[in-house]
Amino acid sequence: MFRLPNLSVHFFLAVYAVIALLPFGIIVLNSFKTRSGIFGDPLSLPDPTTLSTAGYQTLFASTDFVLYIGNSTIITSVSLLFIIGLGACAAYGLLESKTTLSKWTWLLIIVGIMIPLRLGTVGLLELMKGLNLLNSLIGLICIYVAQGLPLAVFIYTEVFRRFPKELIASARMDGLGPAKTLFFIVMPLTRPTTATIAIFSLVPVWNDLWFPLIIAPDPNVRTLTLGVQQFIGQFTVDWQAVLAALSIAMAPAFAIYALISRNFIRNLSAGSIKG
Amino acid sequence: MNIHESAEVTREEFKKNTQHKRLKSLTNIGLVAPALSIYLTFSLWPLLNTFRLSLYQTTDSGDRKWVGINQYIELFGNPIWSDQFFNALTNNLQFFGIHVVVQNSIALFLAGLLALVSSRASTFYRGIFFIPTLISVVVVGFVWQLILSPIWGITPNLFDSLGLDHLFAPWLGLESSALITVGLISVWQNVGLPLLLFYSALIAIPQELIEASRLDGLGKWACFWRIKIPLILPTIGVVNILTFIGNFTLSFDLIYAIQGGLAGPSFSTDVMSTFLFRTFFGFQTQLGDHGMGATIATCTFLLILFVVGMYLLLIQRRLRIH
Amino acid sequence: MFLTMNKIHKKILTIFLLTHALSDASIASDAEKQVAYDRPVVLTLESWRSEDAKIWNNEILPVFEALHPGIDVVFSPTKPTEYNAALNARLDGNTAGDLISCRPFDNSLELFHRGHLLDITQIDGMKHFSDVAKSAWSTDDGDATFCIPVASVLHGFFYNKNIFSKLDIDKPSTEAEFFDVLKKLDKASGLTPLAIGTKDQWEAATVGLNLVGPQYWEGENGRLGLINGSKAFTDPQFVEAFSVLERWRPYLSRGYQAQSYSDSQSLFLLERAAIYPGGSWEISGFQSEAEFPIGVFRAPVKSEGESCYISDHTDIGIAINSRTAHRNEAMLFAEWLTTQSFANLLTNKLPGFFALSDHPVTVDNPLAQEFLGLRTDCMSTIRLASQILSRGQPSLGNALWTLSAEVLNGTKSPLEAALDSQNIIEGQRK
Repeated sequence: MFRLPNLSVHFFLAVYAVIALLPFGIIVLNSFKTRSGIFGDPLSLPDPTTLSTAGYQTLFASTDFVLYIGNSTIITSVSLLFIIGLGACAAYGLLESKTTLSKWTWLLIIVGIMIPLRLGTVGLLELMKGLNLLNSLIGLICIYVAQGLPLAVFIYTEVFRRFPKELIASARMDGLGPAKTLFFIVMPLTRPTTATIAIFSLVPVWNDLWFPLIIAPDPNVRTLTLGVQQFIGQFTVDWQAVLAALSIAMAPAFAIYALISRNFIRNLSAGSIKG
Repeated sequence: MNIHESAEVTREEFKKNTQHKRLKSLTNIGLVAPALSIYLTFSLWPLLNTFRLSLYQTTDSGDRKWVGINQYIELFGNPIWSDQFFNALTNNLQFFGIHVVVQNSIALFLAGLLALVSSRASTFYRGIFFIPTLISVVVVGFVWQLILSPIWGITPNLFDSLGLDHLFAPWLGLESSALITVGLISVWQNVGLPLLLFYSALIAIPQELIEASRLDGLGKWACFWRIKIPLILPTIGVVNILTFIGNFTLSFDLIYAIQGGLAGPSFSTDVMSTFLFRTFFGFQTQLGDHGMGATIATCTFLLILFVVGMYLLLIQRRLRIH
Repeated sequence: MFLTMNKIHKKILTIFLLTHALSDASIASDAEKQVAYDRPVVLTLESWRSEDAKIWNNEILPVFEALHPGIDVVFSPTKPTEYNAALNARLDGNTAGDLISCRPFDNSLELFHRGHLLDITQIDGMKHFSDVAKSAWSTDDGDATFCIPVASVLHGFFYNKNIFSKLDIDKPSTEAEFFDVLKKLDKASGLTPLAIGTKDQWEAATVGLNLVGPQYWEGENGRLGLINGSKAFTDPQFVEAFSVLERWRPYLSRGYQAQSYSDSQSLFLLERAAIYPGGSWEISGFQSEAEFPIGVFRAPVKSEGESCYISDHTDIGIAINSRTAHRNEAMLFAEWLTTQSFANLLTNKLPGFFALSDHPVTVDNPLAQEFLGLRTDCMSTIRLASQILSRGQPSLGNALWTLSAEVLNGTKSPLEAALDSQNIIEGQRK
């Protein structure tokens, strides 16, 4: 009576897991085949006649793939750092402050959750031009931090508000100021929240096509997303190189998943967000 | 201690308190200032500036000319513009409909299932379900284009082997099915985030409630429908609102990657964000128009503001009471 | 507390410095290029031809660099669909290259009007270019030219010689013969007669309408007639062009509505399709990938004996960024682009791209020779909506993409498409 329900639950979950992963599997599979193998029978495994790594060879001989991955990594990680750091500080400061001004400031920032930054692109373009930040990693980072702060501040204020007051009081008695309290007491105990914010902020930054396309299209600062689009256009007929490129483009995502899941998701249960 | 001495002490304490308070407010300002300044500079100001720019038109020589609300009148009055606008709006609403019905339902269902398995299994599955979201949208678009391509043969062959050959069609290339197909691809990619939100909300439900319902004889499915979902209605509401905002702004990436700048076939996949991009940035022989682009952006913003405002006023209040 | 602030401050500072250093690093790598020999000047050449990067950097530009030691030129391409937009962003932000590849007509005219391109009318070598060649990169009155005309491309039908000989098919000359050929190919099992799809839309207009159309609207006659208003898109010759395009429909592959540009190329190269409507820019790609002999035939005329027309599209020009720091060196490069040596180099290293200067050039590549042969036999004409007609909103050029795709998809009749086009032209005149 107890086993059967569990099996059916796992069945559905497993089915969707296959749906989620199968498309990637097909791409990676075919990236190791010759062109006739790719077109002849896309769903089969590469056998001795169709096995080929030519695509990967072309790829590594001619693109700046490592540069793009590096750019994306820098932009994402630095943005995340600031979103979490500045967001936590602001949330804590606003809570501690308790004045009317701070309440209105909080509201101002929260409204930002609903303001899609992209709608301000025309104005952003002007701003970047004026600050000389076009085609720079820093320009993109500033934009992404501004984009991610409202949600971070919102979630942190909710969580800090519910933080056990006794712990803060005892920290105060130990002589710790607000900043130290934040960093040494509150943050370590709210790791799941930080993890949630990290995941929510990471995705729109990592995958973004819009801002790199408009603000930073230069080859030097190109992100992975933009770069992949670029060289798919370059190798239109070279299917092996295209599939190899796609396979490699997927690798960082899997790496990020492995990293995050090991450290944070395990703890992501302690009621970090309530409806 | 006489009165004067105690008064001295109080005055000293008062001074210390005030100093302490001032230090505290300075610290607080210091904590809030960096975030606030970045937010104001790179988020609020550009948005306001965009609204301002919608009141100007760019001339051939690149200068700006004040035109007041002319561009808004153009956008809604001139069929050349209004046809595109309402086409994009309708498509976007359909796109949103697909996400609410398909994406959020699947996310809810999967979250419900995940709440029933062990923590380890749940972590394992959650990771897998999240992978499509982590993958670059360009890759996702291209991968699905290949899979659905009538030339490459995966889907046609699959349908053929199942005897469903007559059902296959070049969905991405037909006006009747392109938007739905792109919508479903977007759903496939984005299930992860709503899933996480629903899951967090579900597991925050106190165990006692669930056990009480079990004692009352409710099976897992009934428990899900009658107990869990009503308790997480606020979360469902928030997810839908976030989906709405996302569909009206972030949908650009996938559609641009799969269907190109002209959002074909015949603009059937054109949504507000692709319309905005094409207008203010230009495409091929069509030159960019910053003024009109700013106008479209402003209209989209007002629409989002209206819908979210309505939601907060009408629905969220009711849900809270519930 | 201040100690803590310092620690955090330090962390933030370090990260800031790191990111600064990283952006400086990218500038430094540019500077590295300058450290070779006597610190040569480095000119960057922007382009949308990402496929040609290797040839430019390894075979064409070194010839110039040998003539002018001290000047290095780097070919720096951007994906074609984003080139216009990305270039505009770079020009606005003053991070664009010293030399800029020009799209023909209005895209570059606008850049000139905004002051981004230098007026190069006075360069000595400009006398080697005809007015037609310069028309794509001059102001409407013809007084100022702002890009050196570099290359044109010709349109034609590529075909698989093996398949044709196996099925005993000859190159068609008239419209009737063309459709007979298509019918014969259609009967052969597993073979698609025409390799063209409508997903990317531009092929329907560029190598569909603009390939067969000129025979019906009589090339420049029709095009100039539309511009000066003496002809309308609803005139029978234009409607007929759309009708002929519509007749291609049964001969396309199954699901062609979702067939992309690269799908079409693959179909042809894998010998699953026999005829590929295209242009001379495909030559290098096809020749390196195909395992069968390829030939070219021109667009069929309506009836025997009529004169033929060929789309001879002024495709690429090169301009000097008005804000370049190296004006003299850029001028030297521009001069070099007008020489016979460059014309020869371009036409032979990038087969399918034909130099626009009037220098006599010997062409080695057999396919390129076949195309040139077509140009001798037929009268050249520019793509229909390229000049002037694409101004305003909506642009006729973009609209023709959508309309031609709709005609090929069967969702719009040729007459409706012609009507829509005429409405756009009249809307511009208001």
